[in-house]
Amino acid sequence: MNAIETMDLTKKFGSLTAVDSVNINVEQGEIFGLLGPNGAGKSTIISMLCTILKPTSGSALVNGYDIVQFPSQVRKSIGIVFQDPSVDDRLTGKENLEMHADLYGVPTSEKKSQIDKVLELVELSDRSNDLVRTYSSGMRRRLEIARSLVHTPKVLFLDEPTIGLDPQSRDHIWSYIRELMKNEELTIILTTHYMEEADKLCKQVAIVDHGQIVALDSPDSLKEKLGGETISVKTNDNPLYLEKIKEAGIAKSVVIAGEEVKITVDSAHTILPNIVNIAASNHIFIDSVSLQEPQLDDVFLHYTGRELREGGGKELSGMGAIRRRQIK
Amino acid sequence: MSELRGVYTLWQREIKRFLRERTRLASSFFQPLLWLIIFGAGLGLSIRSSTGLNYQEYIFPGIIGQTLLFTSMFMGISLIWDRQFGFLKEILVAPISRVSIFVGKMLGVSTDSMIQGMIVLMLGFLIGVKITLPIVIKVIPLMLLVTLGMACIGLTLASFMDSLESYGTIMTFVNMPMFFLSGALFPVNNLPSWLQWVVYVNPLTYGVDALRTVIVDGAYVSSFPLYMDLTIIIAFDVLMILVGTYSFSLRK
Repeated sequence: MNAIETMDLTKKFGSLTAVDSVNINVEQGEIFGLLGPNGAGKSTIISMLCTILKPTSGSALVNGYDIVQFPSQVRKSIGIVFQDPSVDDRLTGKENLEMHADLYGVPTSEKKSQIDKVLELVELSDRSNDLVRTYSSGMRRRLEIARSLVHTPKVLFLDEPTIGLDPQSRDHIWSYIRELMKNEELTIILTTHYMEEADKLCKQVAIVDHGQIVALDSPDSLKEKLGGETISVKTNDNPLYLEKIKEAGIAKSVVIAGEEVKITVDSAHTILPNIVNIAASNHIFIDSVSLQEPQLDDVFLHYTGRELREGGGKELSGMGAIRRRQIK
Repeated sequence: MSELRGVYTLWQREIKRFLRERTRLASSFFQPLLWLIIFGAGLGLSIRSSTGLNYQEYIFPGIIGQTLLFTSMFMGISLIWDRQFGFLKEILVAPISRVSIFVGKMLGVSTDSMIQGMIVLMLGFLIGVKITLPIVIKVIPLMLLVTLGMACIGLTLASFMDSLESYGTIMTFVNMPMFFLSGALFPVNNLPSWLQWVVYVNPLTYGVDALRTVIVDGAYVSSFPLYMDLTIIIAFDVLMILVGTYSFSLRK
């Protein structure tokens, strides 16, 4: 059975099409990544699947329930970790979890054991009786993950679970997610704009850009499709260099990313001399050259023509989220 | 059943948060004290009462009414607070109806106000008002009825607002006229008739009148019979619960 199935899922805000006829199927027990820059439509897709937003057209099944017709069945089947913090910091960690158990109707006989179990998973048992306002942002995130699991959901949505966290906290959260993946009944949908995160955790990745799915496959085969290696060259005239490389027809793809021209080739070692020669014969000066194995970043660049971090302006919402987390 | 459990847990949350806010509890203790002791004593000396009560006794039920109103209105802010700090999202995606969320919140705010109201009631001994057990037993349900409608006013306004600052401003605009024109501080029968109209449509007028009837029973000739006060208060509660639930469910 598919845990998630969307049928031309579309959401429009006025004239803006935030999500444009998205079709994805996620098998039960899978961990599925929605990857894209901020503002690509990932959170809108999640909001619709969580029944927070109604789709403009199209529909979706979550755990077999239609999101428009049976929202409350959907809600009972899912757990959500929002992008922005959503714990009550005037309550203790445990009180937050207890309240969640009550709101989701967790049987009273299982309530305590269930709460102890999730607290243990995120290693917060010893701090569970402290007010959340004394927690670090990493701990708050862990508490939110614990909370989303209290009612044993079938599908777990993690919307940018590691945004604004330090590398150590990020590692922690990744290890909890891996722990959760051992449970074969649980399906996880993860949105992220960190390539590394999707690469490390997800079995399937959908690349979202401008509300559309531009690529969908496993991280490995996405990289494989892209093929070859990437040569990054920094020159004094990138646009001209790009043109000349294109003319020469030796590369599979050429794009400008930041201050560098990224050239994807089958075999970098044999083509590298050519690449240098093209620059020399056109009086372009090369500042630096580097070689990379394909990364998921390159996949994204390949499909969207933009570097992921160019998400730009919307990054602020992430910063806002971080700042908000620090308000005590 | 699960809806009831949701209401219960939301109610419990409001009270926990309220009781943990020590500074607010302390200030809520002192503010009515200032009104009673300073305002009551000061003004009481310079006017002669036409009500058969000394002035402090007269305003005492009014100050309780004020406490119920101010606390209810102030706690309405918690809805905006929850929205700004993201917690509202957690409640809104839970498998529980909007009505239950609103009712939980409303009961929580009302209980907070009643706790404050009871604190002020206990201050009665300072000005010589005897608080007996029968009075307490009658006052508790009365306070609940008075505060439910007020809590709904606050929550309804908060449903439409996103910023704490603008809520604060609006709150003053509601609080002050409702308090001054409720008969809390002076009898309203001598007011010019256009102002009397405002007094009659002010739901707090009936709340204060009922509180006065119950608390200083016998010594005071009430403006309206108790059954009339209660009927109007209950009608207002029902109306405001409907308006509040509707406004809350309008918001995404």
